[in-house]
Amino acid sequence: MEFALSEDQRMLQDSLNGFLKDAAPLDTIRKIATGDGAASASLASGLDELGLAGLHVPEHRGGLGLGLLDACLVQEALGYAIAPSRFLATTVTAHAMRNAGEDFLSGVATGDIRMGLALTELSSRRDGAGITMIKDKLTGTSLLADSADGSTHLLVADSTGALNLVATPNASPMQTIDRTRVFSEVRFDGEAAEMTLAADDEVLAAARLLVAADTLGAAQAMLDKAVAYAAERQQFGRVIGSFQAVKHMCAEMAARLEPSRALIWHAAHALDTGEPEGLVMATLAKSHLAEAGTFIARTSTEVHGGMGFTDLVGLHYWFKRIGVNRQLFGSPEQCRHDAARLQGWLETA
Amino acid sequence: MDLSFSPEYETFRQEVANILSANAHLAPTSDDKGMKNPKRLAWQKLLIEKGLAARTIPTEYGGYGAEPDILKSRIIAEEFARSGVPRAMSNQGISMLVPTLLELGTPEQKAAYIRPTLHGEMIWCQGYSEPGAGSDLAALRTAAVEEGDDYIINGSKIWTSTAKQADMIFCLVRTDPAAKKHHGISYILFSMETPGIEVRPLVDMTGTANFNEVFFTDVRVPKSGIVFEANKGWQVANATLTHERGMLGDPNATKARLIELVELMKGETMNGERLIDNPLLRDRLLKLQGEVYAMQANGLRITTHSLKKESAGLAGLVVKLMGCELNHEIARLAIDALGELGIMYEEGEHLRAGGSWQARYMYDLGLIIGGGTAQIQKNIIAERGLGLPREPKPAKA
Repeated sequence: MEFALSEDQRMLQDSLNGFLKDAAPLDTIRKIATGDGAASASLASGLDELGLAGLHVPEHRGGLGLGLLDACLVQEALGYAIAPSRFLATTVTAHAMRNAGEDFLSGVATGDIRMGLALTELSSRRDGAGITMIKDKLTGTSLLADSADGSTHLLVADSTGALNLVATPNASPMQTIDRTRVFSEVRFDGEAAEMTLAADDEVLAAARLLVAADTLGAAQAMLDKAVAYAAERQQFGRVIGSFQAVKHMCAEMAARLEPSRALIWHAAHALDTGEPEGLVMATLAKSHLAEAGTFIARTSTEVHGGMGFTDLVGLHYWFKRIGVNRQLFGSPEQCRHDAARLQGWLETA
Repeated sequence: MDLSFSPEYETFRQEVANILSANAHLAPTSDDKGMKNPKRLAWQKLLIEKGLAARTIPTEYGGYGAEPDILKSRIIAEEFARSGVPRAMSNQGISMLVPTLLELGTPEQKAAYIRPTLHGEMIWCQGYSEPGAGSDLAALRTAAVEEGDDYIINGSKIWTSTAKQADMIFCLVRTDPAAKKHHGISYILFSMETPGIEVRPLVDMTGTANFNEVFFTDVRVPKSGIVFEANKGWQVANATLTHERGMLGDPNATKARLIELVELMKGETMNGERLIDNPLLRDRLLKLQGEVYAMQANGLRITTHSLKKESAGLAGLVVKLMGCELNHEIARLAIDALGELGIMYEEGEHLRAGGSWQARYMYDLGLIIGGGTAQIQKNIIAERGLGLPREPKPAKA
């Protein structure tokens, strides 16, 4: 019995955190957020060189064959640095194809295939959107597709819940509060699926878990910044972190975040090992981190006082990352509803 | 990451399960009242002989004498929970005094007290808090003045559970009023039969006297009751206070309550609809389930740190605060889900779950306050866990 990260996993965290500290400082993130294509491309190629695309691709397809737990550590590091990345889309695709006979993932591992996700059908079909599959051809609109921008292929959920691999058609950006990442509206007009996979609850659960890990990282960054600020900022002749009113805000953030980390590990491990509770845990990890993350985003901003509200410290980039993550692939309420369904708790009528 | 147990441990688990099922018929029931009920004492003796209680206490002091093994302790706890067979005795003598004596007691103290305490034949109470010394425990004022080979004790204690039943007390007293507050305290053991001790039950909001006040008037006790050294009582007490906080907020107990709540909400109907079918109540239930999962996973993480003899850091510091709050919230949802019938208490035809949710809702609030208040816990998390500075002492006028 050992509930801890392995030496390899800690090295993965350290090396990625080290890379992102240099490659994605706040100045770079600001450039990306204001549409500097060169800054985006440079960060993306740096991340590609680390071989992240193949992390969850099986070894016989040319990947590293690592699990969702390792993927969560990567996503957490990306969230900490609020770095945009195709990693989530790539990893969810690799997970969707974990049992597929056909080869597709070797192209994903080499980077020749660049994935995006159009999964709104799985969490919320909205007015003016929705994807139907008629005679092997896709029609309709998917909203807030992740990493569709610059992708070669999309993993698209249709109205039956089936998952289709399709060459990316025209995608137009949708402006969200989070300018560091590009989300797109994608229109399908009879594009043929290259491959169709049966509906699979684990795909949405994995996507949600990775978003939760991203929030864990972003929230940890906000907590670290709040503690550092509270230990340095002086008012009334003493550092504000010595006032219990401020100190307790920091303690409350830590108290909510630290058990969340163990929850992410446990849920990822459960999905990796095929534990039946894995689906419920991953789904509730999404809602739990959404709540903890929102609390920390708000509280850390308050600890920073007026400065937290300005663009100068840039805290708002993390605040918005967490806010967008809260809704992506389903709001907390929706995730909790799904977790009830997965446990057979919904009325049978 | 590996949550499986090796074959050695799986075999051990099977052995424990076999012992429990073979002996379950000997276990005491709620009808066997009284802490020293013969059936309870016999059950405790049996569990110690089988290695399911006092497991790592040396045999010379009446324990089972096994090597400490956190996983085996965990397996034993899990098997008791799974089988529903009544557990070994748990009281402050066993959980707090015995570890203290093993570490710091004199040979005479160990020989006299550990065995009967483990076997439930000697009951202890803890004399720590005072009316003027709660969160600031080191401000305690109960005085012990030397007189020959004795101390004469005057003062009072509060929040003393089992004081009525106790044979003995382990007590913090001020032996050097001139010293700085942490340096003038001694940890002393004496009999509750000593003349001059008065115990008054302290009825709390649950309607029960879960605690007492204890008054000392010229109580003469031998100096040989001092544990470790006079005026070193603060260090002695601190060794076990950490232990007490670890006991509060056990995630497995919280999970058991959540399961009870799920069953309640599936089984009870209102206006012909199961409580769990009310989307607002169900949303709250799922929110709590997420929190229970998080605290359970956090518990696994702490266990792994203990196995490696490492500090669990923040993961350990947050348990008391978050665990007690979560228990309280689970009870709150149970009451809200029961709605108007949720206000029933203690007896009546329409009482649900024996009124236990109301009792827990109130008692758990007591636990949020007791054992180090939520606010003290937040100070600890911020200062020890996050490295924020302590509150500066007010300047002397």
